[in-house]
Amino acid sequence: MNNPPSPSPHAPDDPPRSATPGEAADKELGIPEAVIVREENRWVLVVVGVFLTILATIVFSAVHIGAEPPSNVETINPVSANQPGSEFVESNLGSGMQADGTVVVRVLAQQYAFVPSVITVPVDTPVVFRATSADVVHGLLIMGTNVNTMIVPGYVATLRTRFAKTGDFLMPCHEFCGPSHHDMWARVRVVPKAEFPFDPSGERRF
Amino acid sequence: MTNSRNFYGASSLVLAHLWSAFALFVPGIALGVWQMWVRSPWGHFATAATYYSSVTAHGSFFGYIFPTLVAMGFGYACCAAGLARPIRGMAWAWTGFWMVVTGSVLVLVPVLFGQAGVLYTFYPPLTANAWYYGGLVTVIIGSWIWVAVLVVNMVGWKRENPGKPVPLAMFASVASALVWLWTSLGVLSEVVFYLLPVALGWRTQVDAGLGRVLFSWTLHGIVYFWLLPAYIAYYTLAPQAAGSRLYSDIMGRLAFLLFVVFAMPIGIHHLFADPQVGSGTKFLHTVFTIMVVVPTLITVFSITATMEISGRLHGGKGVFGWVAALPWKEPTVLATGLSFIMLGIGGAGGIINMSYGMNASIHNTQFVTAHFHMIYPGAVVIMYFVIIYELWPKLTGRPLWSLRLVRTQLWLWFIGIMLLTIPWHVAGLLGQPRRMAFYDYSDPVLARIAPWVTPSVIGGFIALLSATLLLVNMALSHLPARDENIGPLQFALSVNPPSRIPAALNGFGYWNVLMLVVLGVNYGIPIAQLLLLKNAHTSPGYQVGSHPEADGAIPAVNREQRDAQP
Repeated sequence: MNNPPSPSPHAPDDPPRSATPGEAADKELGIPEAVIVREENRWVLVVVGVFLTILATIVFSAVHIGAEPPSNVETINPVSANQPGSEFVESNLGSGMQADGTVVVRVLAQQYAFVPSVITVPVDTPVVFRATSADVVHGLLIMGTNVNTMIVPGYVATLRTRFAKTGDFLMPCHEFCGPSHHDMWARVRVVPKAEFPFDPSGERRF
Repeated sequence: MTNSRNFYGASSLVLAHLWSAFALFVPGIALGVWQMWVRSPWGHFATAATYYSSVTAHGSFFGYIFPTLVAMGFGYACCAAGLARPIRGMAWAWTGFWMVVTGSVLVLVPVLFGQAGVLYTFYPPLTANAWYYGGLVTVIIGSWIWVAVLVVNMVGWKRENPGKPVPLAMFASVASALVWLWTSLGVLSEVVFYLLPVALGWRTQVDAGLGRVLFSWTLHGIVYFWLLPAYIAYYTLAPQAAGSRLYSDIMGRLAFLLFVVFAMPIGIHHLFADPQVGSGTKFLHTVFTIMVVVPTLITVFSITATMEISGRLHGGKGVFGWVAALPWKEPTVLATGLSFIMLGIGGAGGIINMSYGMNASIHNTQFVTAHFHMIYPGAVVIMYFVIIYELWPKLTGRPLWSLRLVRTQLWLWFIGIMLLTIPWHVAGLLGQPRRMAFYDYSDPVLARIAPWVTPSVIGGFIALLSATLLLVNMALSHLPARDENIGPLQFALSVNPPSRIPAALNGFGYWNVLMLVVLGVNYGIPIAQLLLLKNAHTSPGYQVGSHPEADGAIPAVNREQRDAQP
């Protein structure tokens, strides 16, 4: 720490540094330690305030508007996920309205496509996405919405949403899943409620 | 070649690390710029497999190799110059250096041959060539030798100087080494227990969910490992360059100690969108992630106060007048100011990323890529340049070739990174997914994003120009005549240098225990939950690059299964 002061190392095209850095500071601005500690204590209050503000915002948004991540830890065997007997067999994929008016969308992700690749859902209706992978890690994101989840083999990702407006949305795989990852795009078509077919048995998928 | 007096015989060691780190700096950035170009509306002339190999090379180099070599080289410089005596264990230090260099070659060669396109974050069950993982293990073990050398030197110095505060530069370097030691355990366990055995064919199954949790253990701590050399430069090099003194030595120590505790056991905020982690764990990690604003804001306060002292000494008046009065021609002062701007913008974006709920609006979009390019290449790497420019004259005994060229390089870097990252943030908010080789900009949704992608590419090219200029500056500064007046590296003294210090702020014992307690709770719970999960299923590994008929990623057994389906 107590090395001797040294002249500037820099090239001559620049004003030299203060030969003894800190010495001038001592002479002109002898700041007593008590002042420094007082200022730091005030800053601590600011830091605590920042911490509490961020935390309060997160808690409020989680509790009040339900901004929570998809976190049901539900397992499935990835090797047989697309086989007969599985919830994610091809005939059971896509969207269908339940008796309680909720639309359940089942999606299977595998290199390099979502099944189905076009998903139809009604506007302004509670929608539950259930997605899993038959091979590697994938993810889905519906551009322009907050629908966003990882799809990890061995687990079922579930998330709830409600589409506020009709239209076509893009749904890319957003996690690297192999050399043709960039080909893995699906579409979500949000249609008026009247145009979405309702089958009271909940059996039909669209 | 070197000035051995200034670093007590360690000049060659420091130079070897820093030159090795920066030897591939320009090609590494060129890969990044090429990727920006390929995926922009301008160009599409690569196979996707080449693109992902390039991402893997860029990420593996800048994630593991480059920052490790910089931290090691700068750490040895702080050890020798900070303690003002020769480093003990030089033979070990050189062994560690050669292990990192050898490991780096082993990492990069399989990538160049297209056998390891798994990006630097791995994504099991995708599996790369075994040499790639073996190289990474070699790099990590080599870097642990550096950790051991620093710890041994600090402990030895304390024993011989009882009651004296360990110089801040050395203390902070040991903090950075400890962050890395604890952090690297996550990725090492993922590689040793899962990826390497699958790559070698010793086991066929991998638990993708647990693998991701183990990687997240490393994923945030490693970011702070990248960051800490920049923080050490803020505290120990910037005050000196501004002709000022560090506002408070104790607060500096506290900031580094808090990084040791909180930098690492918070990584599950990278897994907010993962289905295998429960909401309780996610919320816990949110709260602990907010804790890292504490050492960050301490640093912002201390360094700003330090600079204000300088500004007022240079005649600055008023509430903000001191800012204009700062010696901005001094490259270190200039870089620190530019770094703070990028740290501020990047930090604000980071709060969105780590917010439990808000994360869903930007998870895995270009917003995240933009965020960490603002922080790491922006705020952090510009301080690596400071380390180079401050150390070079002391290492070589020769003055820098041209300060004007140094300032030009720093400004170009700042402009390049800002132009690269600001539009990139917007593209992410519009929903552009990250990690893609190609976008169909003819789609109306993606067409809206195209105008934001184009300026980013230009920013990348400006950064590449700046990187080239850095290497020119480093090389040319070996040429001027030796200047005998160039003395040893001096680290900043504080306004009131402490003569005695509480034992808790002069060592890491308590803080390591505290960190292990937090780690035990924050990672013990989710790992135990996954290990004990009923009906858990593993997945077969998917070797990348070894099945050309399937473009490289589908094992035969699953292909047959899929083909057999109606």
